[in-house]
Amino acid sequence: MNFDLTAFRAEFAFFNQQPDWVYLDNAATMHKPAAVISAEAEFYQTFNANVHRGAHQLSQQATQKFEQARDTVAEYLNTRAREEIIWCSGATAALNQLAYGLMGTVLHPGDRVLISALEHHANIVPWQFHCEQLGVLLDVIPLDANHQLDVAEYQRLLALKPKVVSIAQVSNVLGHIQPVAVMVQQAKAAGAITIIDGAQGILLQQPDVQQLDCDFYVFSGHKVYGPTGIGVLYGKRPKLELLRPLLYGGEMIQQVSFSGTTLNQLPYRLEAGTPNIAGAIGLAAALRWLQPWDHLAIAQHKQQLLQQLHHGLQQLSGIELISQLQNNAGIIAFNIKGEHHSDVAALLNQQQIAVRAGTHCAMPLFAAIGKSGAVRMSLAAYNTPQDVARTLVAVRQVLEILS
Amino acid sequence: MTGLTLLMVDTDQTLQQIKQQQLPILIQTTDWQSKYRILMQLGKGVPAFTTDLQRDEFLIAGCDSKAWLLHEYHQQSGRHYWAFDSEARIIKGLVLLALCQLNGLTNTELVQINFSQLFALPGVQQNLSPSRQNGLHAVLKKLSQQAGLPG
Repeated sequence: MNFDLTAFRAEFAFFNQQPDWVYLDNAATMHKPAAVISAEAEFYQTFNANVHRGAHQLSQQATQKFEQARDTVAEYLNTRAREEIIWCSGATAALNQLAYGLMGTVLHPGDRVLISALEHHANIVPWQFHCEQLGVLLDVIPLDANHQLDVAEYQRLLALKPKVVSIAQVSNVLGHIQPVAVMVQQAKAAGAITIIDGAQGILLQQPDVQQLDCDFYVFSGHKVYGPTGIGVLYGKRPKLELLRPLLYGGEMIQQVSFSGTTLNQLPYRLEAGTPNIAGAIGLAAALRWLQPWDHLAIAQHKQQLLQQLHHGLQQLSGIELISQLQNNAGIIAFNIKGEHHSDVAALLNQQQIAVRAGTHCAMPLFAAIGKSGAVRMSLAAYNTPQDVARTLVAVRQVLEILS
Repeated sequence: MTGLTLLMVDTDQTLQQIKQQQLPILIQTTDWQSKYRILMQLGKGVPAFTTDLQRDEFLIAGCDSKAWLLHEYHQQSGRHYWAFDSEARIIKGLVLLALCQLNGLTNTELVQINFSQLFALPGVQQNLSPSRQNGLHAVLKKLSQQAGLPG
């Protein structure tokens, strides 16, 4: 196993520009390596054109790069076909397309959808909204005492035969990894369409969607070293065909007349409007850049950082850890007893430690664990043991100021 | 005295104290640790809102942490009085610093105040997160509305 942290970190110009910052807000967005920045710049500088319909060679070139990007993502996820990759603006857009697209086609009044208590709002609110309109029932897998999904309750709720099960691979607040592979199998056995929200899970390991066998897998580019504003909706082809498009217009249409409109084939049917061409190219560059690194060694490095942070915080008095170390993708949520999370974050910010504080778009999770919010530190492979050590010193300083 | 009157009187006393003691020290303090330490302790002297006062009608929308602002205009004296509470100590401290410069002023006196400078504590405001800045902006907007000032 081999992971050269110095070489890895050197790929990110950000850390040269901002050497005084410790960046622990990776679950919100990640920094981009040179490969991504130059791929986007190259597109704009050398073959910027709209895709698919231009009458000139530049458009042909742009289309080729854009479609090659789709191939890269398809290979990365090990899909059966390139048409199974749908570009969208991010995981939120993908989940909105799914909730909207399944209503009335798969889901009918009285049917059930099953989500969990640790979902991001993007995997709650679209369901809530559309379910209520159509009279579809929304069930929620509760958490157990360790803030993991309650497996027994999951079985009981599956017995109610939900038509759709949509769950996060990793909790964006706690970092806890969910047993999605097993859960997908169980959901399939119960006859449900399965959706994995991979926003925080995409970096866990390279997902093999054929092996996972889920019907849909969604993720955002900027949480896998790629650009913002681009994301992926993967779906098995027959399942994608079921989706009613959320957006209409542009390349997604084959024939329009005022008596009726025929929609284009997949993947274009679900990609209305001019796509984020540079974003798609940038995301593909991110995946191509990431692939050759030793993923096992990276995971081990992140686990070491996580342990260092968890143990360090545990040793300080007055810290209430919410995340568990076991089965954790690299996030620590905690509070200082008796203090508001936003005060803690402000005092860390003063010391140039970037964290996030609040409910992290997961208010139902905080209701379930009985807290009003938390400070969240999220690690990435480019973080160093020095970053963690500096953070722990900063937390000690916060404790001192608040005492 | 009712609980509310008591709160307004107690708050006014503490605000006068802050204006005379902590505010001058804060302006002179240069190291951030001391500055924040003073700021964080400011709220402790001011009575906290009872749960019945933590009402939605007093809630400031747009704050990261929950914050409540109460305003009273005394017809007889023509003076404005405020009380404030927040879950977060920094917000409470910063708003109390602003309020200590406003409390008990008349309309004509309030017109002289530069509201945009109320939170301008060197070394603090520029280090607040965007959501914090939004929260303070929301407090400022409400304060100037209550003071009867435009914008």
